[in-house]
Amino acid sequence: MHPFTYTRVSSTRDALAAGRRGGRYIAGGTTLVDLMREGVEHPATIVDISGLPLDEVRATERGGLRIGALVSMAQAAAHPKVRALFPVISQALELSASAQLRNMATIGGNIMQRTRCTYFRDVTAACNKRDPGSGCAARDGFNRTHAILGASTACVATHPSDVSVAFAALQAQVHLLGPDGERRLSFADFLLRPGTTPQREQALHPGELITAVEIPALPRPLASGYLKVRDRQSYEFALTSAAVALHVRGGIIREAKVAAGGVGTVPWKLPAVEDHLIGERPSDALWKAAAKKAADGARPLAHNRFKVELLQRTVERQLRTVGGHA
Amino acid sequence: MPTEPVPQGPTPATAAPEGPTAPTRRTFIATGTAVGTTVVAGGVLGTGLLPGSEAAAAASAPSSRLSLTVNGTRHTVTVDNRTSLLDLLREHLGLTGSKKGCDAGACGACTVLVDGRRQNACLTLAVRMEGAEVTTIEGLADGDQLHALQQAFIDQDAFQCGYCTPGQILSGVACIQEGHTRSPEEIAEWMSGNICRCGCYPKIVSAVQQAAGKK
Ligand SMILES: Cc1cc2nc3c(=O)[nH]c(=O)nc-3n(C[C@H](O)[C@H](O)[C@H](O)COP(=O)(O)OP(=O)(O)OC[C@H]3O[C@@H](n4cnc5c(N)ncnc54)[C@H](O)[C@@H]3O)c2cc1C
Ligand code: FES
Ligand code: FES
Repeated sequence: MHPFTYTRVSSTRDALAAGRRGGRYIAGGTTLVDLMREGVEHPATIVDISGLPLDEVRATERGGLRIGALVSMAQAAAHPKVRALFPVISQALELSASAQLRNMATIGGNIMQRTRCTYFRDVTAACNKRDPGSGCAARDGFNRTHAILGASTACVATHPSDVSVAFAALQAQVHLLGPDGERRLSFADFLLRPGTTPQREQALHPGELITAVEIPALPRPLASGYLKVRDRQSYEFALTSAAVALHVRGGIIREAKVAAGGVGTVPWKLPAVEDHLIGERPSDALWKAAAKKAADGARPLAHNRFKVELLQRTVERQLRTVGGHA
Repeated sequence: MPTEPVPQGPTPATAAPEGPTAPTRRTFIATGTAVGTTVVAGGVLGTGLLPGSEAAAAASAPSSRLSLTVNGTRHTVTVDNRTSLLDLLREHLGLTGSKKGCDAGACGACTVLVDGRRQNACLTLAVRMEGAEVTTIEGLADGDQLHALQQAFIDQDAFQCGYCTPGQILSGVACIQEGHTRSPEEIAEWMSGNICRCGCYPKIVSAVQQAAGKK
């Protein structure tokens, strides 16, 4: 690990000042320390933001939810408002990592986490994300866990966050604070597809601070949930996953929010599936027909062809779990 | 996820940081790793444990002074900023009960309680622990009286090699405190952050059940 200086800040002002000087924020440290030890990251200055007052969960006026960037994954998952309003968020968090890691890791850090592609983590391998221009060892390498959606010639790595799949489905907004003040980005604009610049993963300006993630109000009742499919039952990243939220009134699906994880270079929103559901009556046939569209545009690699059908089945099963048999 | 143990502990044979030629990326990383796990002033530096070149590198690497409480005893230490809580405990405070399996958050062998919550000591920078109260396996028993979960691990024969056991027990103590013990399935899920290569999972679940008073 490269040597680094360490400072702790207690106000967002001090944090931004340190960030402007090139300091790297540390929240839970579960991504950053790991990647520093692997030699993937080597910040010269670490700015400890864990003392900032960004650790609150609160309901917004119209029934949305604002989760502070420094709320731990464990706190967010257990929070009564999160559990009551958006079970899909609680479930995605509780199916992530381990109880120990969830105590340390934060919501802001989670959506900033970097890919688990083994070639990215191995500093001796070619990786355009880690070392732009060096190539992509995964494209023709062992790519069973890699992306089937949203990849480019330069990069085929998946985004590993589970709760980001729920945030993408629910069209969350990311609140940012920079030297020029506050701004908000839709989740879809916050995480970037690799294109020709896989090293750029978030639309964050240098030194910008994430202050919160806001979930917009949705019509009630809203049934929601998260399904994660993986090589072992727990403490593992997703091969495929599905976040689903449905608003059914008068026997008709009025609102459908669906996204998939483990398959895309970013959490993969599924508008074709949503469009197929809206205006229809819940039924097993409907779930099946809608889920068929989940893999539209998929381009599997040598070792992950299985993900195409697995994704469709994951979405179908979660639609049935959330929407019921009818 | 990497599961290779990382070479650790005082490794004076590793390349000296200042050589006649510029270090390559790989040797620099290797050097950094060795320095990062061996250096603490105020306890070890100056005691002659480190060869001269490493001590010099250690002195120049940014370090910080902090106070924390471990198993009820307050310590003030100066650490190289790169030192993990796990290395502080094992290499500098001599508390080798907490184990290093993966050094990457992927096995749970290093689990300790920080301010009552379980966390991975390998991914915790020691420098962030100012004022923290840390509990390790060495701090669980009350004199000769084992903690109920330590006793339960013996009663249920919940280990073979024992390498994962300190982490399992600290994690189990937290699991019981959190109330995630309503069924064997719930215990298994909330204990899944602790890998046991000997495969003692059913007995570990039984031990947690026993200590939670559910068996
Ligand atoms: C073994 C293991 C298994 C895991 N399994 C899963 C899993 O199944 N599902 C899953 O979703 N995740 C999983 N994770 C990833 C884990 O959830 C992330 O490491 C964690 O959420 C990161 O949060 P943190 O607070 O620790 O981030 P840090 O490591 O502190 O920070 C990560 C990055 O975000 C930046 N950052 C942090 N906070 C802010 C902020 N407020 N503003 C701007 N930048 C910020 C930092 O500068 C850094 O670049 C796993 C991790 C490990 C080690
Ligand atoms: S040593 Fe494996 S999780 Fe810390
Ligand atoms: S007892 Fe050997 S690893 Fe668990």
